[in-house]
Amino acid sequence: MAILDELLNPYWIQIFQHACVVAVSALGLNIIFGFTGLFSLGHAAFYGVGAYTAALLMKSYAGAYGDGSFLASQAAFLGSLICGGVAAALLACLVGLPVLRLTSDYLGVATLGFGVIMKVVLDNADAFIPQLGGARGMTGIARMTSIPWAVLALSAAVLLVRNLVHSTYGRVLVAIREDETAAAAMGIDTFRYKVIGFTLGCSFAGVAGGLYAHLYAFLHPSSFDFFKSFDVLMIVVLGGLGSMTGTLVASFGWTFLLEGLRVFLPPEYIEFRWVLIPVLLIVTMLLRPQGLLGVREIPILQSRVNR
Amino acid sequence: MMLEVTGLAKRFGGIRALDGVDFRIDRGELVGIIGPNGSGKTTLFNVITGIYRPDRGGVAMEGESIAGLPPHRISRKGIARTFQNIRLFPNLTVMDNVRIAHHPYVRYGPAAAIFRAESFYREERRIREQVEEYLALFSLQDRRKELAKNLPYGDQRKLEIARALAACPKLLLLDEPAAGMNPSEVRKLMEFVLDIRARFSLTVLLIEHQMRLVMGICERLVVLDFGQVIARGIPSEIRKDPLVIEAYLGRGTSSNS
Repeated sequence: MAILDELLNPYWIQIFQHACVVAVSALGLNIIFGFTGLFSLGHAAFYGVGAYTAALLMKSYAGAYGDGSFLASQAAFLGSLICGGVAAALLACLVGLPVLRLTSDYLGVATLGFGVIMKVVLDNADAFIPQLGGARGMTGIARMTSIPWAVLALSAAVLLVRNLVHSTYGRVLVAIREDETAAAAMGIDTFRYKVIGFTLGCSFAGVAGGLYAHLYAFLHPSSFDFFKSFDVLMIVVLGGLGSMTGTLVASFGWTFLLEGLRVFLPPEYIEFRWVLIPVLLIVTMLLRPQGLLGVREIPILQSRVNR
Repeated sequence: MMLEVTGLAKRFGGIRALDGVDFRIDRGELVGIIGPNGSGKTTLFNVITGIYRPDRGGVAMEGESIAGLPPHRISRKGIARTFQNIRLFPNLTVMDNVRIAHHPYVRYGPAAAIFRAESFYREERRIREQVEEYLALFSLQDRRKELAKNLPYGDQRKLEIARALAACPKLLLLDEPAAGMNPSEVRKLMEFVLDIRARFSLTVLLIEHQMRLVMGICERLVVLDFGQVIARGIPSEIRKDPLVIEAYLGRGTSSNS
């Protein structure tokens, strides 16, 4: 009973939701990097765009629904999440059109540059939209994210990725990762599909950002700088590039480990988390360079038309 | 006429990889391109398939100009190819390698895939059946679930041809299909190329080093040297052509320039 009480305390419930949010974002990066093979270091920027877009919309327009019914406010929340995803997708498409002409490392540097720019933009966002708060952070966001929302979003994301990956469109993305020249020679418009894969993955980050904003009710640009892009990247690599199961396991493991260590380590050693986790990462890469799960999937995430 | 190449030129820095190449292939022909190393054979394939843009000159497929188009557009005009240094999708299964080739013909949209509409299942079933046919043709059906990178070399070559055929080409370009094969494998390959040409009513253009293969099955040969066509004709004539012999064996001691 004591364990159950412990598990159900609001703190861990929040961490669980956070893990779901991280998983949605990481699934997005897995589409981009794991399946399509596009090395992106700007994922957190799109996460931030979604977070700020959703929060701003909810803050500005939810007043109209705010005192209304439960259902109306939930619908407004859904709408703002979708808008967050769409905003991230539009920006991804805009950035992707020039940047996706680059390959591998060059693409990484370009997306990293974009991440740095976004951080500066968010730091100074209050200059043109005061509600965004700029470097002081954005407050007054409603706590709309709940366990059902988090689970629903994650389930939808998993289902979407699974169904897409095991179709001709998913095969195209993987073929581009495997050999772009050969894919083009097979009649695949590789540039178009790279833009589509990138945009789709970033829209996941946008939706996850919206959930994040309404989970902690506070946004600050430092939550979306390029270091945060590395976090997602590490989760995806740790779980196994191209494995949905791996991304899920790594997202939850990562989030709970970070927070769990906060509880179990003596306060003066809390920052040692950032020693332990990288060490864990190095050890994993040495022992299992293909990630925890390689490309394996649990049965429900495997293709059914393949057999 | 299937393919017509006129005055094709491509240079890389100071090197003229192709320097005014002309030739034409009629429907149903089996033509070989030969020439010493570095004579521009693979560059020619890369220009025809759109991997490189030509600097000058034209490429016409069934009378329609395709020079300068991106590779996927050229592929959809009915040209499929294999690569000298095998380019499979190494971490995809044998089946998925072939399935990719069906992508341009798939009749369901992303939404149908995500929501698993009836059209998705119907199309995937159709693709699956066709893939099985190609795999059976190449005796690869027992390896359908293996990753392409784990296949033995000979099977990788076969799989690459199977994948090219699955794209339903009219013109098949084979870049050194017999590379690394022993004489008995080469003989089998010769029969096989003739067989698929008849079965799929293909036109075939192949680059080859192994004289046995080109002399054995090609109806006509085009000989390249330093990016130029130095001879063309039927194999028995080419074999005696002094320019060709010189290009392959070098000149006599009297001249070294």
